Amino acid sequence: MTQTPAPPDSLLTTVPSDTVAVAEHAEFDFNHLLEHLYDSRTLEYPGGHWDIPPFSPVQIAGLTIDFSVTKHVFFLLLAAVLLTLTAVSASKKIRKSVVPTGFANLIEVFVVFIRDEVVLPTMGHAGLRYTPFILTTFLYILIMNLLGLMPFGASATGNISVTAGLALVAFVMIQISAIRAQGFTHYLAHFTGGVAWWLWPIMIPIEVLGIFTKAFALCMRLFANMSGGHIVILALLGFVFLGQSIFFAPVPVLFVVAINLLELLVAFIQAYVFAMLTAVFMGLGIPQEEHGEHGH
Amino acid sequence: MDQAIEVARQAANQWGYLAAGIGAGIVVLGAAFGIGKLASAAMEASGRQPEVAGAVRTSMIIAAALIEGATFFALAICILLALK
Repeated sequence: MTQTPAPPDSLLTTVPSDTVAVAEHAEFDFNHLLEHLYDSRTLEYPGGHWDIPPFSPVQIAGLTIDFSVTKHVFFLLLAAVLLTLTAVSASKKIRKSVVPTGFANLIEVFVVFIRDEVVLPTMGHAGLRYTPFILTTFLYILIMNLLGLMPFGASATGNISVTAGLALVAFVMIQISAIRAQGFTHYLAHFTGGVAWWLWPIMIPIEVLGIFTKAFALCMRLFANMSGGHIVILALLGFVFLGQSIFFAPVPVLFVVAINLLELLVAFIQAYVFAMLTAVFMGLGIPQEEHGEHGH
Repeated sequence: MDQAIEVARQAANQWGYLAAGIGAGIVVLGAAFGIGKLASAAMEASGRQPEVAGAVRTSMIIAAALIEGATFFALAICILLALK
């Protein structure tokens, strides 16, 4: 009878139970490999690990919320700190001279890229006020994705709660930018889609559903790309144990190196696509001066 | 009796693995077909008009990411099937 380790409840579980079911006579612990994907309350660093002490649950409006720091929350905060340090140091350097040098030059490449290739073509000049938001989205997701590729790192974007939060922020910003640009009544009129009045009962639910599916797609795309990449890496690493010989080991390791390089590309592309799609959706709601409003 | 229940449960789960496997195969089929068509159109356009190659490449990457997004929806469902 084949022994399969007990599968976890759901890949989307943020914090699994602390007792991990161990396969009874497997040569290697499948669940130990999977632990790299899931959220956990222990942080690993070279030389050991640290069990993060949990905060006591907080009661808000009848819900019991656990605000304690887990591995993915730690990397969220780490990415935020890194981004803040990066942006503040680069902006300080730019204040000194108009022509940036060194580190500020690198950051300016990203800023100019976002402004000229992402914000201006999609939102026009009316959208330049949202450049900081798109830039923050891009750089934050990029840093989170890259942290997942570091040794002892975990990508917070591999957790669906994190990407859901990012998509929620993007969703709110898309609606706010549309309301700001068109006015609330015109924004509501947008849901009819410009069809005849007797088609409104069909059109309005579809349009309302449409704004939610856009945000949901943003969430799922980022989550699945990041966690899927890590699953592939871990699956290939499992081949090392399948080979049971040190002479076979270089083959999976070479595959893993190649997949890691692909994951580096995917990290950049997914951050760019998230920022670009947010800009596109925001641009759909901002009336353009040259050729009238972008329709549906 | 417990052993019989366990065997029955594992036997029922086999179909979930099969469904996940077949589903993942079909998903990759659709995605590869779509992205292949997209890439061929991009190559043709770049060949005809090399000066727009940059813009074509950008649009190609965006479209590929959108197609992959739909792929990953289906893949997530396959994973849910496999883990049930």
